[in-house]
Amino acid sequence: MRNLFRSRIFWIAFIGCVVGLLLPLKVSGYILGLLTVAYYFGVFSMAWDLLFGFAGEVNFGPTFLIGLGAYTAGILNGYGVPVYPCIAAGAVMAVIGGVVLALPALRLRGPYFGLTTLVAVLIMMNLIVVFAGFTGGEIGLTVPDVLSVDTDTNYYIALIFMIISGAILYALSRSPVGLILQASGQDPIEAGALGFNVTKHKMTAFVISAFFSGLAGALLVFYMGTASVGTLVSISVGVQVIIAAVLGGRRTIIGAAIGSIFLIAAGEALRPFGELSTFIVSAVALVVILFVPSGLLGILTRRGEHA
Amino acid sequence: MLALQILVDGFAISALYALGATGFTLIFGVSGVLNLSHGALMVLGAVAAWAATNELHVGAYLAALFGIAVTLIGAFATYFVVVRPLQTSRAIPKEETEIFVLTGTLLWGIMIQELIAYFFTDNAKTVLPVVEGVVNILGVRTPQNEIFTAIICWVGIGVLWLIVNKTRSGKAVLAASMNPRGVTLLGFELSRIYIAIWAIYGVLAGIAGVLLGMFLGVSSYSAGPLTGSAFSIVVLGGLGSVSGSLVAAYVVGYLETVTAYMINPAYRFIPALLLLVVVMYVRPQGLFGRR
Repeated sequence: MRNLFRSRIFWIAFIGCVVGLLLPLKVSGYILGLLTVAYYFGVFSMAWDLLFGFAGEVNFGPTFLIGLGAYTAGILNGYGVPVYPCIAAGAVMAVIGGVVLALPALRLRGPYFGLTTLVAVLIMMNLIVVFAGFTGGEIGLTVPDVLSVDTDTNYYIALIFMIISGAILYALSRSPVGLILQASGQDPIEAGALGFNVTKHKMTAFVISAFFSGLAGALLVFYMGTASVGTLVSISVGVQVIIAAVLGGRRTIIGAAIGSIFLIAAGEALRPFGELSTFIVSAVALVVILFVPSGLLGILTRRGEHA
Repeated sequence: MLALQILVDGFAISALYALGATGFTLIFGVSGVLNLSHGALMVLGAVAAWAATNELHVGAYLAALFGIAVTLIGAFATYFVVVRPLQTSRAIPKEETEIFVLTGTLLWGIMIQELIAYFFTDNAKTVLPVVEGVVNILGVRTPQNEIFTAIICWVGIGVLWLIVNKTRSGKAVLAASMNPRGVTLLGFELSRIYIAIWAIYGVLAGIAGVLLGMFLGVSSYSAGPLTGSAFSIVVLGGLGSVSGSLVAAYVVGYLETVTAYMINPAYRFIPALLLLVVVMYVRPQGLFGRR
């Protein structure tokens, strides 16, 4: 416990949370709306970082899990199921989908695991368009219910959800299970020789990652009131999740959330540049990757500990 | 009649896929780099050729050459600005280089794509074809441009085969893909080999891009799907296996054409993806890949 209070990451996260909680007193609803989305993306990125940073598996298809959660929740809601059971169903469905995807995929080594997850996303995108009757196809699915109509309430739901998810994921990454995961990611043969069931641990990581991705996806649907391929499932959304995690600092969990907020804030700040804003965001991200590969959190904690 | 139509159309599109994927797989085989800016570089070549005819008013041949040259420059820029600094960076652990190169090339590709969209809009552009007219092959009306595309693609692949198998530097490239350390011990400069393959890659991607621009037309939106299709072909054929990619390009090309003609053009990409998943599970190293 004492370690926790001395760790720089803890204080950065703590200050961030306090600022986040006080923000609605100061800033406009528009900015709160942006941040709400950023927080859900933060959870996507943190869940991705657990899998990549710790289990060492590159999941190119975070949006497969997000999309499963989002569309399950959205479609069920269309049949009159209330909001909260829908969200639970979305999370469960993402876990099931994660297991189905991971069971065979985790047998594969190196880039092949990543490729399988990428293909899963491509198939999902195609199926959504094919079964347009259920899913709304390319136009998108309109969800009858929303979490709340009040901006502040929505903001707090997203913020608290992100803080809780982040705390759980961070604690997990620092727990013995997290250490075993890290060992399995770096040298699976040696970790196996030490008596740890590598596949079981990676599977656990995948299931946890799927759970949080699906849950966040389902919540995001009920925040936005719609689900569409372009906002939740497409490769570019997945890319944004990955860039956020790498940008914020991989293997830190908290960094992933910082990266997501930074990306959305940067996209907004660069809006005056119009069409060039995506170019500038990509260029900045590339510069960070080239010159500060340990990410934004790496800069903040550089002179401190090596957490 | 329909079967013939599929046969002819599928042949040309498959040849184009094959040429596009060959350079992609060559780079992976030799240096372990999956270049996710591939689609953007192809679009860059096509748009450069389009701009050369429409803004500078040069002839079709010159425009095509200009497009290829621009892609070549783009490929070198990718290597020297993104890939090489990431590979040699001391701050990045060896086992994570791969994901950094993937993320880096992806960002690079997005940057190219956005610049193209900014300067030339994201409307679809069709490059002026080098040959025009229509011929009749066994009762199928075929644009001569389609035949030209298939021929150029196969000539390109043939020349690549000759270079890799018959010339000294080509053999060094081949050897580097089998055992980089062995090649270094034999006194070959590995960085020179890398530059050579990026040059080959640039030319191949440029030709494929310009031909695609003549054949189907491109827009900056095409970059993602183009990378995706090269990716799936290369995985299907086996990462790093050039002959595997050629076979896979035809499998994917024909699967897509058959689906588009027989079932529904909207389902065009699905069977190839399902095949890809099956191959991943049953034979993850691809049809012709080595582990």
